[in-house]
Order: sequence, then C-alpha cells, then structure tokens
Amino acid sequence: MSEPIIELNNLKKYFAINNGVLAKNSYVKAVDDVTLTVNKGEIMGLVGESGSGKTTLARVILNLTKPTDSHVTFDGVNLSKATRKEMKKFRTEVAVVFQDPASNLNPRDTVMGSITRPLILHGMSKKEADKKALEALEQVKMDSRYLNSYPHQLSGGQLQRIAIARALVLDPKVMILDEPTSALDISVQAQILNLLLDLQENLGLTYLVITHDLNVIRYISDRIAVMYLGKLVELGTTEEVIDNPKHPYTMGLMAASPILNPHERNREKHLMQGDPGSLINLPTGCHFHPRCPYATERCKKEVPKDIIFPDGHQVNCFLYDEKNKTTSEYTG
Amino acid sequence: MNEELLKLNKLCVDYKVKGGYLSAVKNVSFSINKGEIFAIVGESGCGKSTIAHSILHLLPEHNEVIKGNIYFKGSDINQFTEKQLEGIRGRDIGMIFQNPLDSLNPVYTTGFQVAEGIMLDNVSKIDAWNRVVQLFKDVKMPDAEKRAESYPHELSGGMRQRVMIAMMLARMPELLIADEPTTALDVTIEAQILNIIKELRDKHNTAVMLITHNFGLVAEVADMVAVMYAGEVVEQGTVYDIFDNPKHPYTTLLMKALPRKTKKEGRLQTIGGSVPRLTENKPGCRFENRCPYAMDVCKNQDPAEYNVTDSHTYSCHLGKEVK
Amino acid sequence: MNDSPLKEFLSSCYKNVNFMIGFIIVLSIIILAIFADQIAPYGYDEAHPQDILVGPSSQYLFGTDNMGRDLFSRIVYGTRITLKVALIGAGLELILGVTIGLICGYFGGFWDRALTFIADMTWCIPGMIMALAVVTIIGSGLTNAIIAIALVGWASYARMVRAKTMSIKNQAFIEPGISFGESSPSIMFRYILPNIIPVLIVTISMELPGIVMSTTTLSFLGVGSQPPSPDWGLMVSEGINFISRGPWLCIFPGLALIYTVFGFNVLGEGLRDLLDPRMKSQ
Repeated sequence: MSEPIIELNNLKKYFAINNGVLAKNSYVKAVDDVTLTVNKGEIMGLVGESGSGKTTLARVILNLTKPTDSHVTFDGVNLSKATRKEMKKFRTEVAVVFQDPASNLNPRDTVMGSITRPLILHGMSKKEADKKALEALEQVKMDSRYLNSYPHQLSGGQLQRIAIARALVLDPKVMILDEPTSALDISVQAQILNLLLDLQENLGLTYLVITHDLNVIRYISDRIAVMYLGKLVELGTTEEVIDNPKHPYTMGLMAASPILNPHERNREKHLMQGDPGSLINLPTGCHFHPRCPYATERCKKEVPKDIIFPDGHQVNCFLYDEKNKTTSEYTG
Repeated sequence: MNEELLKLNKLCVDYKVKGGYLSAVKNVSFSINKGEIFAIVGESGCGKSTIAHSILHLLPEHNEVIKGNIYFKGSDINQFTEKQLEGIRGRDIGMIFQNPLDSLNPVYTTGFQVAEGIMLDNVSKIDAWNRVVQLFKDVKMPDAEKRAESYPHELSGGMRQRVMIAMMLARMPELLIADEPTTALDVTIEAQILNIIKELRDKHNTAVMLITHNFGLVAEVADMVAVMYAGEVVEQGTVYDIFDNPKHPYTTLLMKALPRKTKKEGRLQTIGGSVPRLTENKPGCRFENRCPYAMDVCKNQDPAEYNVTDSHTYSCHLGKEVK
Repeated sequence: MNDSPLKEFLSSCYKNVNFMIGFIIVLSIIILAIFADQIAPYGYDEAHPQDILVGPSSQYLFGTDNMGRDLFSRIVYGTRITLKVALIGAGLELILGVTIGLICGYFGGFWDRALTFIADMTWCIPGMIMALAVVTIIGSGLTNAIIAIALVGWASYARMVRAKTMSIKNQAFIEPGISFGESSPSIMFRYILPNIIPVLIVTISMELPGIVMSTTTLSFLGVGSQPPSPDWGLMVSEGINFISRGPWLCIFPGLALIYTVFGFNVLGEGLRDLLDPRMKSQ
C-alpha cells in the first residue's frame, strides 16, 4: 500500500531579498533541498517551529507558489509541467484547511455560499451544488440550519468544521491541514481530531498535517517529518521519531515538549539553548550547529546530506555515517 | 515556607448589561501559598483571565462589578483605593501577559523600561542600569548588555517575554500573575521560560499564579491546580490529584479529551455541546446541559463542595452519592 | 439569528445622529432634484424682463437675477446638476481607483510599480491646476469638468484600495480559493472587493463634498457648466458682477453649496462611525 502520492526531490524555495541597487540579493531559504514522499492513505505529520518553512512547503505543494528548484510530483504528474487540464484536475484533488478558523472563510459569504463555491466553479449546477453542500455538512456532523449563517456568527469549532466540509466537497484525494486545531479549545480539538480520523478512514484520504503541537502529531500521524530552518532534518514513523529521535533538534524538541503526565516532570531534560533562529541570517554549514550540543568543526562548514536507514528512517546530520548507517560515536 | 499569600473568598465578577447582570466569575475561592505555583486551567470563556485581571483591578471594561474578598497578606485588596492598588502593582504583585509586544513601549529601549520601574524605589540611574543588566542575566538573556540597549521590535518573542519577567522581577514581587505567558511562543522557547519561572520559585520563593489552557504546562510546573468551567472552580487540588484522580465530570472528560496517546489506542473523549458564553446568574450547575451524569437536582440547585482529601475538593451533586 | 451583515448594519444606522442628519439632508436634495418640475414655480431659464434684480419676495422666494430668472427655481434645478456631479464624479473615481488599486495590490510587481508611479504623478501637480489643464485640452462643459476632477482624484482611491487589497490578500480565506481553482479576476472581484466595500463607502462619502466643490470651482472659473445652466458655482460667478445691487444672487447659491457639502460631510462621518467599529470586530 506504499504508493506515493506526493513526491519531493531536493525541492527548493528561496525568496529573494532586494538589498538595494548596489548590493547582491540575499535569499530567504524557506525550503532548502527537501526530499520527502507522502504515501496514499497515510497521515503525514509535519512539525516545526516558527521559521522552519513548513507553511511555505505546504504552499509549494499546493502550487500556490512556484518552486525555485526541482518540482512537486503529484500522483505521477510533474506540477511544473502540468497541462491546463491536469492543473484543473489537481485543483480538485488537493484541498487545504488553514489555521485560524475565523479567516478560513470569506466573511461576506454565507456557509452555503462558501461550501458550494468550489462546486459551481467546477461546473456543477446550483441545485446539485446545494445538495452536495448538505451532504458535506452531514459528513462533518453539523446541522443544516447553519447553512445561512455568516462566519462571524459561528464558533471556532463550527468554523473549522465548515472549512473541512468545503475542503471535502470536491472529493479530494489529499487534504493539507495547517494547524487545524491550534486555535481551538481542548474539547473542541478532540471533536475535530476524531472527525478527521473518521473521515480519513471512511473516504480513504491522505493527510498532511502541519502543526507545532507534538501531542497532536503523535496522536494523529503515521509518519512524522521534522523541519528546521528550511531543512528536513528527520523523517520516520511516529514511534521512531517520538521514542527514538535521531536528529539532535528532534531530541531537543521532544525534551522541550510538555508531557501530559505530572509524574514525568522530573525527568532529565537537555533543553536546547538559544532561539529558533531566522531564515534571513542562516548559519553556515548545518543550520542547527549553533544550538547543537554535538556540533563539530565539520558541522560549521559543510551541509549534511540526507542519510536513509534501511527501515526508511531519514536523518540530515553528520552524526550518522553514509557507509555504516548506524550511530557513530559521539560525546554527550 | 507554606505561608498563605493570596486568598480569594467567594470572588464574583459580573458585567452590567441591559436588563441585568451577566456572571463572568462566580463564587471562586482558593488560596496560594508563598513559593507555590498555582495553575488556573480551563477552556476559553471560563473566566480564568478575568480572575487574573480583577485581582489588580485591571479589567478593561468599566461596567464590571467585583464582589467578594481578595486577601493579600491579610488585607482585602478588593477594597483598596486606586492609589493603594498602584502601590502594590508591580511591587508586591507582578503580572505578565500573553503578548509581550503589546506590553512594551516601542520607542524606548527595553533596558530603559525595566530601569524605570526600579527607579520608582529611589534608586540612582547607574545603580538601576546595573541592576537591569543583572536581571537580564538572571533570566538567561543572551548578550544581556546589548539586549538592554535594544528596542522591543529588535528582539524575538522569547526575548521579549524575558524582558517582561525581568521587569516583574525588578521589584521582587511576592506573587507573579502570568496570563498565558507562553501561548505565543515556540515549544523550545516555552520550555526555557517555564524553567525561569521554576527558578523564580526555587530561588526567590516567588508564588506564581499561572493562567493557561495548556494542560501540558500544568503537568510540567504546577503544584496546585484549579479547574474552571463557565466562571466557576469545579475542582481543585494538587496537580497529581487532578491528573490521577479527577472527580468532577468535566475534569474527567477533559482529561480523556487530551491527546495523551496515539490513535491506535482509540478515539479521544469528546464533550457534547459547546463552551457557553457569559451566563445569567441563576442557581443550578453550569455544566448540567453537557454532563453525562446530570440529574434533576443539577438543574436548579447549586452543587456543594465535597472533599476527597484536605487539598482536593470538587463541586458536584455526585459527591453526595459517594458519601 | 441569521441576519445578514446588511440587516444588522441598517438597524444601527438609526441610532447614529451624524448619519441620520446627513441622510435627511442628502435625501432632501434628491427629492428636490426628482421633483424639481413640481417644486420650482418657474423654469430655470424662464426670464421675466420686467422683474430684473428683484429682491426676495412672495413671488420670487430668493429674488431674481439680472435676466429676471427666479433664483429659487434655478437653485432647485441646480440640485440635479449637483447630484449629477456627485454621482458621475464619484462613479468615475471609483471605477478608476478600484480597478487600478485592485490590480496593484493583487499582482504587485511591474504593474504595481508602474501604476503607483502614475498615481504619484497626479499628486505632484496641484489638483485645480491639473483639472484646468485637462479641461483646456478636452474642452469646457460640465461633463468634461467632472471627468477632469475624476482624473485628478482617482489616485487617493487607488492607494487606499491597493493597501486594503494587500492586507486582505494575506487573509486565510484567499488561498483556499486559489487552491480549489479560482481565477485571479474572480479572487479580486468576488473575494477581495466585497470585503473592501465598507471602506469604500466611507471614503466616497467623505470625498463627495470635495468633488462637488471642485467641480463648482471649475464652473465658477467658467470652464465647467456654461450659461444658462443653473449650476450653483456658475450662479455665484455671475452674481459677483451684481453683488452690490443683488447680494442674494451670491448668498443663496452659496448657502445651497454649504448645505450640500455639510450634508455629505456629516453623512460620511456617520458612515465612518457605523462601519469602522464593525470592521474592527470583523
């Protein structure tokens, strides 16, 4: 069942910063040489802090912005070379739900208007679209009386459900969810997470869930990808990444992440020093070296390559050796 | 060490609206001891932030009525005049908020802003500045001198929050009220800030009232916890009481709604219905309409408080059954 | 409660003093314009040679001018001109400003730089002088005067629309739209424009007095409406020659202008009060 649906190979997205007429342009390397595959039917969690580039990566995958180097392959189609017809099809096959339920929907449109818009855009008649909108509301377990409401009249949880309903209405294969529950209360978050899991099972969807909340990602994902300052530093199954992180950044992230069990509060924690860093003033060599407890001279000068272990676990770090593919000795 | 510092006794905050009052906080009672980290936790609209702001009379609206007692070191500060409150704000009770950028003046350096507070206690400029640099070092600010000369917009979110904590520390308050102090921060920075808060408790015996919706923070640092729902404290106890042995139906359901596991271990518990807005002040349990154990008596009688242990209490009619 | 934003807005309108006063004034002008034929006792160019420069009386409410025309009737018919100016002037500025502002804000890049440059150019030259220049080129007359004023004034609209477009473009509901296949014009007109309308309404209503005054000034200078048009500015300009013998010839058109400008101004203030806090809460 490991059929890839999204394939990225050495994907780059740089934003040029104009340094004036005389100086050379510098670059914000929001996505820097990222290799990643999302398989059909899986839930891939993408985790990273601010400035990690995770939202930019999502936007490149959605073709909302063009890659600087390499391309996105979706279901076998190279998006950079897609025909008009292929692009139109793509637009029905990927849906997105962004953070902040309040602004996911056009404030001037009713719920009905927002949900039926994609259908009408793709040629459905108003009557059919209305019917489909009702079905979509049922799928997200919302009452049909909300069809004529405006976004400002609804709560965060309700808005999120409607955003999901709208995303589902074109029968997509993939849903990209950017911080789907960050703005929600715990009880509402539980409802939305349950809903997302039910939908995924019933409709055979593939999810890319982007969040900074490690508890949510551990709960919902099959595999986890960790980003830091534009780089994909680690990729593996949920159990592997959470229980057995290989990259020092992932280790630091796990250490810093609050555990929902007070009995574990006195565990030994090696907290990361420093701030997450900025994409504008990137360090040389490995982007993480200024904060890394295992950094060597090599890390300051060279950029690590992706090392892929036999079980598919991927790390971007000099601690791991291409030939041996086992952990080399380090002091710690 | 375990001296009582703050004691709330039946605190009520009502908002005057056309046709009556809406209750934001009802009959909240708890106490915080010196050197204790007391977490008030709940979902949005539960009134936790209102409590924090009303202690120092910092509520923004002008139509609120605060009833009940707020005893700080024995005196009821709810009866204090504005001038008396100014005396304790910052000096005895400090407060930090969610978004530090909103609390800092963009046209003055951070060092100047912290020094301002210090100089209120008749300290010379030079002494104040030295103290500022020392404070910045205490809150683990990298490049303390340089940061003191920087403007707020030149610093990251985590550094700004450190400035706020330094500002609060400057006058060594005995109680620090922290209203969602890490909500806007990244996980790694959040962990650093929490460490600073723990050190405050350990080194200076500062008590901390931590307002949050994040149970992870509570599990990591809190000593005592009060769980709020719709303006009331439904359960309170030590952090172990709340996590290991929740008694109130809301607390129990909430604990099960937390994503503490992977999806293979089953779906998350949900609570039917939604979090209520401000309610009218009428008798009865406010959780009744969403409670799976609701009985007739819950509709029209305020639940009484029951003790599980000396430290652990909850307000629910089910308590009667247990006896 | 499924009230549309419009219904909720209308109910708060009644409570705003500025809005109600402005609305009543503007409504009165509209009524005068529509029913001018019924209200005015005489035609606007109906001359009574025997009653030249007669002061205000029961027969001629505001007196007569140097050709014996009833001033009151001329002023009543003048409301039509004022409204024409307001509607066409504002309409033109809107169309130009909104389209250019949307393009600049949405696409950015070359088009933004080019069009913003042109907009900035219109600001460098004082408005009146540029309007006069335009009228010199395209000829005089009321319509041309309106066009001239609109050409001078669209830049401030465009700036505002551009700024709002850029901020709305970054709101989260735009990208899902693009992601399920909306085209750029669709995004601009279906998503962004409806969200700009509240600001537009406020800005137009505050611009109207200016448009009216500027066009009136052009008429006063002789390059706007031509005689025998009952344009108030033209009436003041003609009346100056007879100011000692018939001061009412300047006073009443002047008062009519003040009344109109005040009405638009106050309406604009009211609309801003009503729409701004809602924009904040949105």
